Amino acid sequence: MLEIKNIHAKAGDKNILKNLNLSVKPGEVHAIMGPNGSGKSTLGNLLAGMPHVEATEGSVHFKGKNLLELEPEERAGEGVFLAFQYPVEIPGVNNMYFLRTAYNAQRKYRGEEGIDSAGFLRMVKDKINKLHMKDDLLKRPVNVGFSGGEKKRNEVFQMAVLEPSLAILDETDSGLDIDALKIVADGVNQLRDSNRSFIIITHYQRLLDYIEPDYVHVLADGQIVKSGSKKLALELEEQGYGWLDA
Amino acid sequence: MSERNEAVIDNKLVRQRASERYKEGFYTNIESITIPPGLDEDTIRLISAKKKEPEWLLEYRLNAFREWLKMPTPDWAKLNVPEIDFQAISYYSSPKTKAENAPKSLDEVDPKILETYEKLGVPLHERERLAGVAVDAVFDSVSVGTTFRKELAEAGVIFCSFSEAVQDHPELVREYLGTVVPPRDNYFAALNAAVFSDGSFVYIPKDTRCPMELSTYFRINANHTGQFERTLIIAEDNSYVSYLEGCTAPMRDENQLHAAVVELIAKDEANIKYSTVQNWYPGDEDGKGGIYNFVTKRGLCAGIKSKISWTQVETGSAITWKYPSCILRGDHSSGEFYSVALTNNYQQADTGTKMIHLGKNTKSTVISKGISVGKSQNSYRGLVRVAKRADYARNFTQCDSLLIGKECGAHTFPYTESGNMTAKLEHEATTSKISEDQLNYCLQRGIPEEEAISLIVDGFCKQVFKELPMEFAVEAKALLDVSLEGAIG
Repeated sequence: MLEIKNIHAKAGDKNILKNLNLSVKPGEVHAIMGPNGSGKSTLGNLLAGMPHVEATEGSVHFKGKNLLELEPEERAGEGVFLAFQYPVEIPGVNNMYFLRTAYNAQRKYRGEEGIDSAGFLRMVKDKINKLHMKDDLLKRPVNVGFSGGEKKRNEVFQMAVLEPSLAILDETDSGLDIDALKIVADGVNQLRDSNRSFIIITHYQRLLDYIEPDYVHVLADGQIVKSGSKKLALELEEQGYGWLDA
Repeated sequence: MSERNEAVIDNKLVRQRASERYKEGFYTNIESITIPPGLDEDTIRLISAKKKEPEWLLEYRLNAFREWLKMPTPDWAKLNVPEIDFQAISYYSSPKTKAENAPKSLDEVDPKILETYEKLGVPLHERERLAGVAVDAVFDSVSVGTTFRKELAEAGVIFCSFSEAVQDHPELVREYLGTVVPPRDNYFAALNAAVFSDGSFVYIPKDTRCPMELSTYFRINANHTGQFERTLIIAEDNSYVSYLEGCTAPMRDENQLHAAVVELIAKDEANIKYSTVQNWYPGDEDGKGGIYNFVTKRGLCAGIKSKISWTQVETGSAITWKYPSCILRGDHSSGEFYSVALTNNYQQADTGTKMIHLGKNTKSTVISKGISVGKSQNSYRGLVRVAKRADYARNFTQCDSLLIGKECGAHTFPYTESGNMTAKLEHEATTSKISEDQLNYCLQRGIPEEEAISLIVDGFCKQVFKELPMEFAVEAKALLDVSLEGAIG
């Protein structure tokens, strides 16, 4: 599904990722952990095609296509979704209208018919109930006046509607209390299936108590320095990141 | 916003705009009677004679003209206005068929003119049948037809061209003309009072809710002519009317002058809602051509608990100079101003409002959204004045500017004068750029760039669009999309 080979990447003028390799198969959940500044978010932004991150070496293939050649909106159409660390506010645009625009734009990209507003409403109501979120999320302007937790929940809700084949969660757990964390984790778990993969970027092990990863990778100074099972996350929790330098 | 991303937006818009056509920019080849260019007292006598006006109206015009000659051209706006040669303009142009015998019904209107309105998306017959909106169509200097007259007359509502009102209801015209905007009010109002040609007249009797939306569609067609329309709306006690106006003109390299005056009068508990979608030809991408739009619009809330609401969506004109205002004389009266002004290429807009609080417990709301694109300049200019006796007056003003690209400008000039300690005035202003973050967020969700910009701008204007009548809101959004990004489906 996703093949990252020898990737080097800059964020702005700074070299952040250095010779990073990662392979993700359909249905797998990979957790990327690491200290602040190790390049976790840069990796997410690189995959989503955010303009301030640029690959200088290496390759990324997604479902056989050269991902780095695609525009960000094309990557979205191919099924790449990034849950932002800091979701953005768009005043005056209600969430539902925003989502329908996105949903239909992605369908158009794939050469599929758009959906009308009645059909869309039925679909999103169903999703929002399953996620145990409140209906008013639909009417409110995108992220405007949302609490930190609401913004993160909205990211998970958008993910549920857009049904990506690769979802990247960039520190979706940061700043969440335990109840919000459970709702977010529950949303991710509901979406897990044999064709959908996740890359979960997190600083803390705590989210992984609720979303069980298949693999855990430790990122330090722009490279994956250690990979293992979910036990690795527990070791990190106990020992911190310091032992990696030793 | 990073330099790189800004440049991307800019180039794309410029490219789109260059390939875009102002779809209203066609010319209707029709025989018309146009008086020779030039302006002196004889010109005014000629206009007045053509319209078979009473002596008092000719005097009104001539007095205004004499005042105008003494006035300097205003230069206080943040506009770069090339000198206007008033002698090079023709002050009266009328389709020939209309000139001699005024058509009494739409069936008598020249088919070419009907076709013009059809092409503009204002099919007079269909509007009549389908939409239930009454239309007064003003073509150059004259009104060519007004729809739904019979139904309106049954409700006691008078909706006709200004010229007809002068003939059929001279006492009303004489009583109210110039009472809100006196001829010497300002340079362009004085010019208008001297040479005004046609426009709409509305009278809503006491305790009457106008049974349908009224609208006027202004079209400049002839070459080298100016359009100087005059609109007068009177709402008697406890009445309601919603009035809409739209404007377009052919694409030409020359600049054409449009100097209109609109006066509204709301008596006790009357409510007037006035909406404008202004789409005069804005000029080409190099700033050549376009309409100079100098307009004085003012409403008088004469009665207690009266209300006047202005909503405008301004996307056209090379230069816009326009401040729809409210004089809140009646106690508990209220005024509203909702505005979206979008400028692109070399367009310049200096627009805003004046809220003059004279009565007690008067209230005003001002929501202004300016969007600047390309090399354009967009200014909000607003005055809130509270008179000494206006106890507990309240104003809320919110001015937001949105910049797209690096070469445009947004400016805010708020003035407040409060002569009463109990007054409460609030002002909020923001200037923002479409942020890279917002754009990236949309892109990541799969929304292409042009659609994302349109979505963000639409959200920015939401507060104003929701004030427009439904049909117009759709039109306004579509117009904004075209002005922003060209003919993308």
